[in-house]
Amino acid sequence: MFESKAGVMLIGGVGFFLLAFVSNALVPIFMYHKMPELTIQQSVNDNLMFQFEDLSQRFPEPFKQAYGEPTRENAAKALELGRKIYVGEGCWHCHSQFVRPVSNESKRYGPVSKSIEYQNELQRPVMFGTRRVGPDLSREGGRRSNDWQAVHFFRPQSVSPNSPMPEYPWLFDGDASKPNERGLALMTYVQWLGSWLESYPYYEDYIPVEGAAR
Amino acid sequence: MHAAADESLSVLCDLCRLAGSRAGHRGGHSDGARPSGGVGRNADYVDPVAQLGLLLVAINFMGPILRAKGPLYVSLWYFMAAFVWTFLTYAMGNFIPQYAACGTSAGAVAGLFIHDLVGLFVTPLGWGLMYYFVPILLKKPIWSHGLSLVGFWGIAFFYPLQGIHHFLYTPIPMFLQYGAVISTIAVEFVVATVVVNFFGTLWGSGRSIVDNMPIRWFYTGMVFYFITCLQCALQVTMTFQALIHFTDWVVGHAHLVMFGVFSMWLLGIMTYLMPRILERPWASKTLLEWHFWLSAVGLFVMFIDLTLVGILQGYWWSSLQPWEVSTDGSRPFWILRVFAGLAMFGGQLCFLWNILQTCMSPRQPSDQPQPSIA
Repeated sequence: MFESKAGVMLIGGVGFFLLAFVSNALVPIFMYHKMPELTIQQSVNDNLMFQFEDLSQRFPEPFKQAYGEPTRENAAKALELGRKIYVGEGCWHCHSQFVRPVSNESKRYGPVSKSIEYQNELQRPVMFGTRRVGPDLSREGGRRSNDWQAVHFFRPQSVSPNSPMPEYPWLFDGDASKPNERGLALMTYVQWLGSWLESYPYYEDYIPVEGAAR
Repeated sequence: MHAAADESLSVLCDLCRLAGSRAGHRGGHSDGARPSGGVGRNADYVDPVAQLGLLLVAINFMGPILRAKGPLYVSLWYFMAAFVWTFLTYAMGNFIPQYAACGTSAGAVAGLFIHDLVGLFVTPLGWGLMYYFVPILLKKPIWSHGLSLVGFWGIAFFYPLQGIHHFLYTPIPMFLQYGAVISTIAVEFVVATVVVNFFGTLWGSGRSIVDNMPIRWFYTGMVFYFITCLQCALQVTMTFQALIHFTDWVVGHAHLVMFGVFSMWLLGIMTYLMPRILERPWASKTLLEWHFWLSAVGLFVMFIDLTLVGILQGYWWSSLQPWEVSTDGSRPFWILRVFAGLAMFGGQLCFLWNILQTCMSPRQPSDQPQPSIA
């Protein structure tokens, strides 16, 4: 049995794979299957609307061209596109989206991540991330103004000297004050991250290390 | 007709995967399930095509295996299992996290996918190839049949259970995380038995590390594999994870095993097979040596460099200093890594140049099937 074709393929190949799949994948799927999953429309909250309306005021021409009015439907559209850009541009290669209960992460970023935060359509597939070249983004929403985000996406080095983050000029029409539909969408998505938390935005509770610039 | 059918199957499956992959990347699509390796980035519409390609590969290669009679050699256990696993892994990783599960549970599936790609696709194919080539080159049998059984079945059982170790300290339930940690440590013991088996085989023929280039590649890879496994058993523990998760330590680990083990094994196999396929001896033994040393030293420097900066990054982050401290501090290490990578690349250029020179030299077909490459 241990050296036969059937043994290897059925027990080793299919059997052990299924054992792992049932115990490591199906178990959590069943544990969480009663947890509600938000649609993109349901993910739009008041904190996000504040940021979305702020975008329409800071970048009136580009916003009017891309979305018209800052309605909840448009915010949902922007979120969806923003997430696609986040995936397509490879943001998840360098930024994670979960806060761990170790290594002082809750002091730097905010509350430790909970499962319920990932139960929405915008986390299909889930954007945990596996590497941090840049900081974790799961509580990034509201920490910085839309102006900062725009300049940062256009040329990260201008707000963060020596930053290894690449530039994203194609999200803009020529300069940082003219984000196009994609730029606005990505900013909406980033400002959404963490906006569902009770205490928002979290930087109000952040106490910087003495003498450190922030 | 049989041979023609096999040929066309291979070409067809290669085309499926290539076309799908290129189309997806050009369209700027990606499904964001990031393995430390590669496949999960194809766009949705590519997945069924690639899945079909993998099925064709499995059918093509399993055909002769299934026709074999009698007890099977250990390489064939690994190959059969690899084809079954790769097909299942690809299906699981590319369809479930998007369509059937969401959130944390999808993260668990993504973790399984990440690890199964290296553990159930690359690893069994690599070991299967080693079990085949080492006895041929050393002209002696593998040291222990029993250990090869332990090795295969231990890998088959423990490897699939590890996947969640890529997402420790996420909201995935803790009992599953502990299970993954224990399973990972268990498999390191199993892989150690396989490495012991190969060094047992080498015992008494140690001189071949110097004389025999493919053996040198293979056993350098084995040493790196042992280091990787030791490192893995340590880094998977919650203690290490708290510090080094998300850092370059993990990147160093991935390069150590993917290049330092599996690429080296493949390069050794190519070093062995090329003269046979081309029916000419290698044009330059010096270039073979340069290839080896540039690759090995480059990789080793990269590994040490990234492991060190990973530890530093972990401490910079947990000390709550501004983020710039970690990127500025990492920069010298990243620069050194560039040079290490250039050395590795330079080694491959030497190999390429050697292949070209060999192709252009006159053919020397001989009745002796094994021209010396020492």
